[in-house]
Amino acid sequence: MAKTAEKKSKFSKEQYMKWYESMLLMRRFEEKTGQVYVQQKIKGFCHLYIGQEAIVAGTVSATKKEDKHITAYRDHAHPIGLGLHPKYVMAEMYAKITGCSKGKGGSMHIFSKEHNFLGGHGIVGGQVPLGAGIAFAEKYLGTDNVCVCSMGDGAVRQGALHEAFNMAMTWKLPVVFIVENNMYAMGTSVERTSNVHDLWKLGLAYDMPSKPVDGLTVESVHEAMEEAVARARRGDGPTFLEMKTYRYKGHSMSDAQTYRTKEEVKEYQKQDPIEKVIDTMKKNGWIDDAGIEAAEARVKALVDESVQFAEESPYPDPSELYKDVYADADYPYILE
Amino acid sequence: MRVIEFREALREAMSEEMRRDSTVFLMGEEVAEYNGAYKVSKGMLAEFGPKRVIDTPIAELGFAGIGVGAATNGLRPIVEFMTFNFSLVAIDQVINSAAKMLSMSGGQYNVPIVFRGPTASAGMLSSQHSQAFENWYANCPGLKVVVPSNGYDAKGLLKSAIRDNDPVIFMESEQMYGDKMEVPEEEYIIPLGVADVKKAGTDVTIVSFGKILKVAMAAAAELEKEGISAEVIDLRTVRPIDYDTVINSVKKTNRLVIVEEAWPLASISSEITFRVQKDAFDYLDAPIRRVTSADVPLPYAPTLIEASLPNVTRTVKAVKDVLYKN
Ligand SMILES: Cc1ncc(C[n+]2csc(CCOP(=O)(O)OP(=O)(O)O)c2C)c(N)n1
Ligand SMILES: [Mg+2]
Repeated sequence: MAKTAEKKSKFSKEQYMKWYESMLLMRRFEEKTGQVYVQQKIKGFCHLYIGQEAIVAGTVSATKKEDKHITAYRDHAHPIGLGLHPKYVMAEMYAKITGCSKGKGGSMHIFSKEHNFLGGHGIVGGQVPLGAGIAFAEKYLGTDNVCVCSMGDGAVRQGALHEAFNMAMTWKLPVVFIVENNMYAMGTSVERTSNVHDLWKLGLAYDMPSKPVDGLTVESVHEAMEEAVARARRGDGPTFLEMKTYRYKGHSMSDAQTYRTKEEVKEYQKQDPIEKVIDTMKKNGWIDDAGIEAAEARVKALVDESVQFAEESPYPDPSELYKDVYADADYPYILE
Repeated sequence: MRVIEFREALREAMSEEMRRDSTVFLMGEEVAEYNGAYKVSKGMLAEFGPKRVIDTPIAELGFAGIGVGAATNGLRPIVEFMTFNFSLVAIDQVINSAAKMLSMSGGQYNVPIVFRGPTASAGMLSSQHSQAFENWYANCPGLKVVVPSNGYDAKGLLKSAIRDNDPVIFMESEQMYGDKMEVPEEEYIIPLGVADVKKAGTDVTIVSFGKILKVAMAAAAELEKEGISAEVIDLRTVRPIDYDTVINSVKKTNRLVIVEEAWPLASISSEITFRVQKDAFDYLDAPIRRVTSADVPLPYAPTLIEASLPNVTRTVKAVKDVLYKN
C-alpha cells in the first residue's frame, strides 16, 4: 500500500524525477552559459532562461514528440527540454560548425528539426503568426499534432499577435499560445505598456479559451498544457495561457537592472520551481541528499561535456558562407 | 575643443532642437526611463519630462504610425527604432504613409518626422540583427536618408533632419555610439544632401558612407604607404545623393571604388555606378568596382562575418584592381 504522502501526489515518482533532472540541466547549463559568456567564449546577445524552467518542463511532459515548438530568442532551454543534447546548443553559442544551427544562428537562433523545435526568433512577436502557421499545416495535413508557440510579455503588444490570434481562433488552428510573463520586457514592466495587465485576457477578445497559470510550479504548467493540448488535438482550436514567471538574471548579459530591486528578485527566488519539485519529492520520500548529489553529478557531466565539445569544435569554414541561403545548391550569388 | 561621444552628439542635437521647438518630441522603446537601450537619450526624460520623452510598448507599427499621424497634425516627432531591423515591423507606415502623404494629398499634408536608430551589423548578432537597409529606404521617393559616419556630422545632420519638413530616415550604428570626437559647443547645422571629401587624392576615388567609411579611410591610409593617392568621399546622405561631388572627383581621378555594407543587388553602389557611367563615361580609365557585404544573410560565426563584411584588404585589392596594379 502506498504511503499517505504518495497518495497526495497526482504525478508519479518517474515524472518528478524527469522534471527535476530536466530543469536542473537547464539551470546548470544556463549558469555555465553565463560564465563562459563573461569569459567572452560566447558573443553577441545572450538571454538566459534561469527561473523560467518549469514552463518548458511542464510543456514537454504534456505534449508528444511529434508536436511542434517555437519561441523567441530566449531559447536555450526549449530544445534541451525536448531532448536535444546540450552540447549542440553550447557549440552553437560558441559559433562552431558542430552547433545545432552550424554556428550561423548563435544564442538567439537555436533550431532542432529532429526534436521539432522550430527556433529561436529574434524579432519580438514574429514567431506568433509562425506558430499559427505551423499549426495550420498540421491541420491541413490531417495530423493530430499541436504547435506550442511561446513568447515574452513584450510580444503581446505587437499587432502581429492580434492578427494571428484572430485567424487562429477563426480557423480553429491546433496551437497553444504561451506568454511567459516574467514581468519585464527589457527594462519595461508589463504595467507600463498597457492598461491590460492580465495578459491572458487578451485572448478573450477573440473568444479564445484563455487563463492565467502559475508558471513557477511545474505541475500547474503541465495541467494547463494538458487541457490546452487536448483541446487543440480534438479540433477545438487554440488556447492562450499566461504563465506567470520570473527571470532571475538581466534581460541579456548586458543589463544593469535598474528597473527592479534586489529584494524583488530574492522574493521570487523563494518560489524557485526546482526547489519546489525537490520539496515534493523529499516529502514523498522519492529523493534524498544522495539522490540530489547524484543528479547534480549527472547534470554537471553533461554540461562539462557540452563545454568541452564546443571548445574543441572548429569554426565554420569560410566556404560555408554561400551555403544554406537557398534550397537550390547552385543559386547564382552576386559575388561582387 | 571638447571631445564627446557619438551618442552624446545625437543627444545634444535632439535636446537642442527640443529646447528650441516645443513641438519636437522623442518616442520609442526604452528611450525614457531606461535612458535608451544604447544610452543615446540618457537624461532626456529628466530634462523634458514624460510628455516629450515617451516610452512605447514593443509595437513598432503602431508607434511609427502614431508618429506619422502626429506629424501631419502639427508636431515634429523623433521616432527611435531600437535598431532598424525592427523598423521592418513598421515599414508600412514609413513607406505607405510618411513617404506618400504629401504627394497623395496634393501638397496639403507634409510629414516632418525623423525615424532614427542604429543600422547594419554590430558584431556577432546573426542575420536578423545585422541588416543594412540604407538602400531600401533610399529607394523610396518621399523620404530622405541620412547615414552619418562620425559624431560631428551626426549632430549637425540630425539637427537638419529634425528641422526638415519631410520624413527623414536617420541611420546610426551601435558600433559608433562610443566613438569620441571633437564637437564644438556652439550651434552648427549641416545641410542634408551634401557629401564631404574626407581626404583629397589624385589616383582613385573611394565613395562610402556611415560606419563603413572607416574601412575606406583605413584603406586609403594603407594605399598612401604604397604611394597611391586615394580621394575619399563620405556621401553623408544617400537620398538625395550628392552626385556632383562624386562625378567631379571621378573626372579628376578617373577611377572609382565604392564601399558599403548593404547587399550588392540594387544598392547605393549600383546607383552610383549607373550615374558615373552615364555622366562621366569618357573619364573612366577602368571599370568601377565595389566592396559590399556578401550576398547572404550575415551569419553568427566570426569566420563567416570576416568573409562577409567589407574590410580593408578587400578595399585595397579593389583599388589596385582599378589601377591595374594587382
Ligand atoms: C520587433 C522588435 N522590437 C524590439 C526588439 C528588441 N528587443 C529584444 S528583446 C526585447 C524585450 C522583449 O521582452 P519580452 O517579450 O518580455 O521577452 P523576455 O526577454 O522577457 O523573454 C526587445 C525590446 C526586437 N528584438 N524586436
Ligand atoms: Mg518578459
